[in-house]
Amino acid sequence: MTTPLLTAEGIALRFGGNVALDDVSFDVRPGELFAIIGPNGAGKTSTFNCISGVYRPQSGDITFRGASLLGQRPDRIAAQGIARTFQNIELFDNLSVLENLLLGRHHLMRAPWWQAMAWQPGTRREERAARLEIEHLIEFLDLTSVRRHPVGILPYGIKKRIELGRALAMQPELLLLDEPVAGMNAEETEDMARFILDIRTELGLAMVMVEHDMRLVMDLADRVMVIDFGRRIALGTPQEVQRDPAVIAAYLGGATDEVLESAHQEQR
Amino acid sequence: MTTVAPDSNRATQDGAQHGAERSSTSRLTGQSRALRSGPGRGKALRSATRGRPRLFTSYDQDSALLNTSAKRWWTLAAISIFLVLPFWLTRDLSHLLSVAMVMAIAGVGLNLLTGYAGQISLGHPFFMALGAYTGAVVAGVPGSIVIGWEFDLSIALVLAAVIPGLVGLVVAPLATRVRGLYLAVLTLGLLMLGEQLFKQWASVTGGSGVGRAGAVPVLFGNDLERTYAVGPLLIAPHVSLYLLCLTLLVVLAVAARNLARSRTGRAFAAVRDRDIAAEVMGVNLLRTKTLAFVLSSAYAGVAGCLFAILIGRVAPEQWNILMAINLLAIVVIGGVATISGTLIGAAFVVLLPRILEWLAPWLPFVSTGSGGLITVFQLESILFGALIVLFLILEPRGLFGLWHRVRTYFATWPFSY
Repeated sequence: MTTPLLTAEGIALRFGGNVALDDVSFDVRPGELFAIIGPNGAGKTSTFNCISGVYRPQSGDITFRGASLLGQRPDRIAAQGIARTFQNIELFDNLSVLENLLLGRHHLMRAPWWQAMAWQPGTRREERAARLEIEHLIEFLDLTSVRRHPVGILPYGIKKRIELGRALAMQPELLLLDEPVAGMNAEETEDMARFILDIRTELGLAMVMVEHDMRLVMDLADRVMVIDFGRRIALGTPQEVQRDPAVIAAYLGGATDEVLESAHQEQR
Repeated sequence: MTTVAPDSNRATQDGAQHGAERSSTSRLTGQSRALRSGPGRGKALRSATRGRPRLFTSYDQDSALLNTSAKRWWTLAAISIFLVLPFWLTRDLSHLLSVAMVMAIAGVGLNLLTGYAGQISLGHPFFMALGAYTGAVVAGVPGSIVIGWEFDLSIALVLAAVIPGLVGLVVAPLATRVRGLYLAVLTLGLLMLGEQLFKQWASVTGGSGVGRAGAVPVLFGNDLERTYAVGPLLIAPHVSLYLLCLTLLVVLAVAARNLARSRTGRAFAAVRDRDIAAEVMGVNLLRTKTLAFVLSSAYAGVAGCLFAILIGRVAPEQWNILMAINLLAIVVIGGVATISGTLIGAAFVVLLPRILEWLAPWLPFVSTGSGGLITVFQLESILFGALIVLFLILEPRGLFGLWHRVRTYFATWPFSY
């Protein structure tokens, strides 16, 4: 058995009396595409926010490559190799596409401000090297024609791609994708799926994906975790999850308790 | 249990190797590194690049400050004109231009903080005052009340950047915790606190209503208050001060521009646009905001030191909210987050009153003395207010934005886009 890259153990997150996450545990193995699904408000994005350090869970532990992430600032977590995209695009609107992608390499660059002010050779070399890396991403994501445009004026589908590019520019070991195809049409969804597959095969990145598009999830994911009302109700391969009565109950409604009970009896 | 350790060890080693293998994004496009940035790349025939100012053949060229030959020529022309101007203009006018350049230094500093890093500050006159008094104490002459150590101006200028910077470092942790309007109010408080402090601390500032002279301009042993002859040129005191201001402005503006296009400048803008996302992307929020605050204060300090020298005598009441608003006007009218815009803005804000004075005799409703509908000074404040409002509504990128529009219009002429 391989050592998991990311492990979450019994994380619980509360906002006052409102329970966002309740004892959620999972692990992500190297190179795996792990999907998290669940109805609206189930706690999917909250899970992401706990991993990337925006929220701090009250209990439980999250470890990445064996070291705990809890209590660390988001920028420290990012520097360890966890990149993410956001459900509602969080790009830097006034910066160009190039600058947005270059910003992803912030933690990989070292030139201090006093050297930058004199634009010393070290700074220049670093900027050039960063630019070279970024240009590969621009070509891969087909952003060549818009690379100088300020991000704010670009259409939604392209923004989603730029966000993916910015996360990849961080050269992460784990990529968190928060609804990468939300609000996209069939063609754009297909493009995005292809990008995700390419990233997997070429870079071998482990990915965690939150998504509502079930076809995409079931096609791409190695394992799927289903959460509902902050609790994990299923975890397994797409086939296992699709057959799970608790998942069916959560998605289609119905007498949850009865279904759960009968499911447990079946398992026994 | 002992078998676990080597196992996990191997796993991390594997991970590390894996990481090294995919350390380059080039795997995604399958292109080799050497193909695109080997030595000697980016050289192109002149015949191929002629008449195509936007054809860049290397990343260095593309990211250069003056990346088109038109920009290079215009910059060269502007610098030579400004080098010649003081020999030409009257003492009074070149003095006014020097003040404009000093305000431009302060404006560039404020634009780093407000334009790039998105933190509105009304406290900048406070840091200018700190710079002015640091300069005056270090390089000024002692008086009956005030202290002065009579060091060289070069030392005074360095300290006039360092001390406001350090004070900025002390204040920054407070300032970085609030944003927007709250920060504006907090820095306004700083301004008022400073005014009280300067009024009381008579041994440094000369006290309320009295004030003191600025630093004595003795630069590297040369007294700038004497007239020098360099070949056929006579360099009068006002000319050497002008040239000092010009040199510092060019150096500091280029440094700011370099900073803006670097990793740090991008982090400033990222924090301004979306701070949470910036943090998740690996930007240390506290450090970035603090750095913006400190650098900006240091710029203000240098400007303050020069300002005191130019004006001759500064009173504690001078560093007030009016000056803060003037500085903000420079940034807004010139163009938020552009360095060259700030230079235009400073020239505009400092020269406008003088231009109005010239125009006053031809404007029937304006009087220079008593009588008439409004005075020149009233007209000046009305115009300022109106201009700030107009620019914020119509052209948020300021004069630089206007220039940009004109440029693109002619670049694409006769087509409208």
